[in-house]
Amino acid sequence: MSDKNDVMVFVEQNEGQAADVSLELVCKGRELADRLRVGLSAVVCGERLSSLAEKLVAHGCDEVHVAEDARLRQYRTLPYARVVSGVIRKAQPQIVLFGASPVGRDLAPRIASELKAGLTADCTDLQIGDHSEPGGGKEYKNLLYQIRPAFGGNIIATIVCPETRPQMATVREGVMKMTPPDPKRKGKILPAKAAFRDEDFLLEILHRERKEKTVNLRAANIVVSGGAGVGSKENFKLLFDLAHAIGGVVGASRSAVDSGFIPKDHQVGQTGATVRPKLYIACGISGAVQHRAGMQESAKIIAINTDREAPIFDVAHYGIVGDLNAVIPMLIKAYKSK
Amino acid sequence: MPYHCIVLAKQVPDTKNITGQAMKDDGTVNRAALPAIFNPEDLNALELALDLRDRFGGRVTLITMGPPAACELLRDALYRGADEAILLSDRRFAAADTLATSYALSCAIRKIGPFDLVIGGRQAIDGDTAQVGPQTAEKLGINQVTYVEKVLKLDGRTIEIERAIEGGFESVRAQLPLLLTVTGTANEPRPPRAKRLLQYRHYTTAPEIAGRIRKQIEQSGRTPTDAEIAAAAAPLVEAAVREKRTLTLWDADTVAADAARIGGRGSPTKVKKIESIVLMGRDLAWIEPNEEGVRGLVKGLVEEHIIG
Repeated sequence: MSDKNDVMVFVEQNEGQAADVSLELVCKGRELADRLRVGLSAVVCGERLSSLAEKLVAHGCDEVHVAEDARLRQYRTLPYARVVSGVIRKAQPQIVLFGASPVGRDLAPRIASELKAGLTADCTDLQIGDHSEPGGGKEYKNLLYQIRPAFGGNIIATIVCPETRPQMATVREGVMKMTPPDPKRKGKILPAKAAFRDEDFLLEILHRERKEKTVNLRAANIVVSGGAGVGSKENFKLLFDLAHAIGGVVGASRSAVDSGFIPKDHQVGQTGATVRPKLYIACGISGAVQHRAGMQESAKIIAINTDREAPIFDVAHYGIVGDLNAVIPMLIKAYKSK
Repeated sequence: MPYHCIVLAKQVPDTKNITGQAMKDDGTVNRAALPAIFNPEDLNALELALDLRDRFGGRVTLITMGPPAACELLRDALYRGADEAILLSDRRFAAADTLATSYALSCAIRKIGPFDLVIGGRQAIDGDTAQVGPQTAEKLGINQVTYVEKVLKLDGRTIEIERAIEGGFESVRAQLPLLLTVTGTANEPRPPRAKRLLQYRHYTTAPEIAGRIRKQIEQSGRTPTDAEIAAAAAPLVEAAVREKRTLTLWDADTVAADAARIGGRGSPTKVKKIESIVLMGRDLAWIEPNEEGVRGLVKGLVEEHIIG
């Protein structure tokens, strides 16, 4: 079929559009492939995928394996696993990457189990490096370092799969950077045929409802974020006012979302969005580990909290020990009269 | 029509409640000092199974792979209403990654016998991988439905499920047997029942008895010998057996697990390095919570082109 030892990316699509996380992984995959001096390939399932396949070539793929079938239009575990395992078995990539989306987290472990391969979930970094077995054993060169938080976000682990192939990893959205496509790039688009069985299609999707996100947290340069300290849905108006004044969007901690103050689309944190804005203003957020995981790489962090001991101050650049109800109006006033 | 549900559960350190006592002086977390709890989403899985039993009849068997101390989780499951609770425990299972864990669990499930549904929590709060469910389904050769929020309908071998997807939800119709992973928002786990607590609180295993005796002796300042522990444990174990208070304990041999596929040996992933996230204050500038302080802050941000 193609070169062995490639880096391969499973590309998730919805209505013929590639998911952002998949494009980010193609860009990262290109970097890893260059480092390893191998090719980059992608595998995608769905319907009418030719323009998507071309986009993947432009973003860095040398080969795109395309499985087009009406029955693959929407994601289902068994048919997708059938296609992707088959492509992996034939193409024999050394690395396969998946977005750590609900689809990726449903599909990747299934495939890893079938291939008896190692899989590391929710990686926040991928690098290439060497490894020696502890106790001065075997040496391995150019393994994929799969780096991820664990233990509720309290440790960072580096995982390797020395013996099994492919080395598989899932990566969260927003972790890898998307680089601009090069429309002049050339690549091969290859049809992928799967040996489907009838039982692969026994699951029927009866109904699907997706809402467009009301707020684009990841693209925002400024995020004004509220936690339990905001106190109510109505009081979030203060944050919307500040965000509006300085050109930002409103985010929230899980606590505020669970309390019903603001919809989940605004949630920042390990189970929400990961953001890296120029400015993150945390209002009435205590700063639990899971929240910090979603915002601690912001360029500048201002924390406003009445509790001087709140852990949010451990990641902040500027700390204001005060009531957000008094401080936010001061910020708006100071900005408007600058 | 009654259904047999097998629930997969894990005892985990309570990573969501890191208190001062679990923090070492160097700012890292002392994992051994964290209390062990029933993995939260596995409680949701158990609740879903118990609810199906309430509605349709049948049995709920819970299984956990863990050290002897995981007996506490089995008792908890029995208090909440499980019909049977099995501990899969063996030194040879240690250091298992998700592939080796799912292999061991699939061996145990095959030993349990016919089932209609295998139900687990979406993910555990220590590993956070969400992999064991799907990998166990693959090894059993059954389909999987993850991110389950609700069972809408169950009729014969056909089940309709509402599940979470990116930015929304979908409802699917699938055939049994099936593996489900359940989200933390799916339901409210029912609490232990007093009557069942009284009934099951003295259920135990021989290793748990031995472990308690070892701890007691160590706390009095001595290191006990294995012979000493065995001698002290024997009458207690006999009593438990006689009074039918033993929890089901299976090891690698009981479930006919291939030694090459369990534990560290059966794990393709290896941890190369662990770094604790050290909580350190950065160079934090405190701003006075008054107009002057805030004006100064805003001026600085504008000068640095952080805000326009």
